[in-house]
Amino acid sequence: MGIFQVNGKNQEIETPVSLVEVMKINNVTQPEMVSIQVNGEFVSRDDFGTVQINQGDEVDFLYFMGGGSRC
Amino acid sequence: MDFTEDQIHRYSRHILLQDVGVEGQEKISNGKVLIVGAGGLGAPVALYLAAAGVGTIGIIDGDVVDLSNLQRQIIHFTPDVNKAKVLSAKEKINQLNPDVKVITYRELLTASNALEIIGQYDFIVDGTDNFPVKFLINDACVKAGKPFSHGGILRFDGQTMTVLPGTACYRCVFHAPPPPNAVPTCSEAGVLGAIAGMLGTIQATEVLKYLTGVGDLLTNRLLTFNAKTMEFRTIKVKHNHNCAVCGDHPTITELVDYEQATCEIKN
Repeated sequence: MGIFQVNGKNQEIETPVSLVEVMKINNVTQPEMVSIQVNGEFVSRDDFGTVQINQGDEVDFLYFMGGGSRC
Repeated sequence: MDFTEDQIHRYSRHILLQDVGVEGQEKISNGKVLIVGAGGLGAPVALYLAAAGVGTIGIIDGDVVDLSNLQRQIIHFTPDVNKAKVLSAKEKINQLNPDVKVITYRELLTASNALEIIGQYDFIVDGTDNFPVKFLINDACVKAGKPFSHGGILRFDGQTMTVLPGTACYRCVFHAPPPPNAVPTCSEAGVLGAIAGMLGTIQATEVLKYLTGVGDLLTNRLLTFNAKTMEFRTIKVKHNHNCAVCGDHPTITELVDYEQATCEIKN
């Protein structure tokens, strides 16, 4: 088993694990809704399918958020 | 600037702050801030900046007040329903602090007017609910070399970051607007009213820090919070060398109006 962080919280599953699998586990169902950082580096949307997450990695899902006034 | 006795009294709690003082209050009073959107975020930003005595506040919004706005857009009151939001906001600001000069724009921010309007201000606050305008604000501010505060809220969540020339911009983090309708707006998904205040007051604080030069701005960091757990997180973000607007080889050389979501629901 490997431990890595998703949005600052530990997750424990068999590593390495594909980023796509991590997205699935974290209910990120629409890839177009998030920007993803792994260890502080942005992952290009084209690479979502190929990136592997390893023990100790830090994954951040940054979500699009609107709000405010229609302007 | 010479403050009157009343002004010294009005701003005394700022002046008492060692980091602000009379000098800092002068900087606030000389400040010119543009608020894009007089809604959930723009309302608390406008009220706190007015109370703080920001010299000039510009407000751009093409909408009128709707009854469903009053749950969170605290600058608008029940008798304001159907009134232009910029007018409603201006009236409250004038009542709160007659020192403030309010400039209203009852229109939408577009690729054709953005640079001209933004150019007249020291700091821009993004209080809009849609991604085309968020990216437009970002691109226009980057091009004009203007600092701005990004803010977003949805359901129980909020996020904000401050962008200065040279720091990570909104596009460095989010690249391009999501496909229309992929991401719901507050008018579609709902929002807990008070989190507009939580996020808006953080944005107003950043404006006052910028104007006075006090503290460390929320640059190269995205602050997010969830009101259900009341957990706040700050995620470090980096200037992206491949960014289409501020990267090494920018591909965006002119401002564009992105296509708006097709099913616009009145908010």
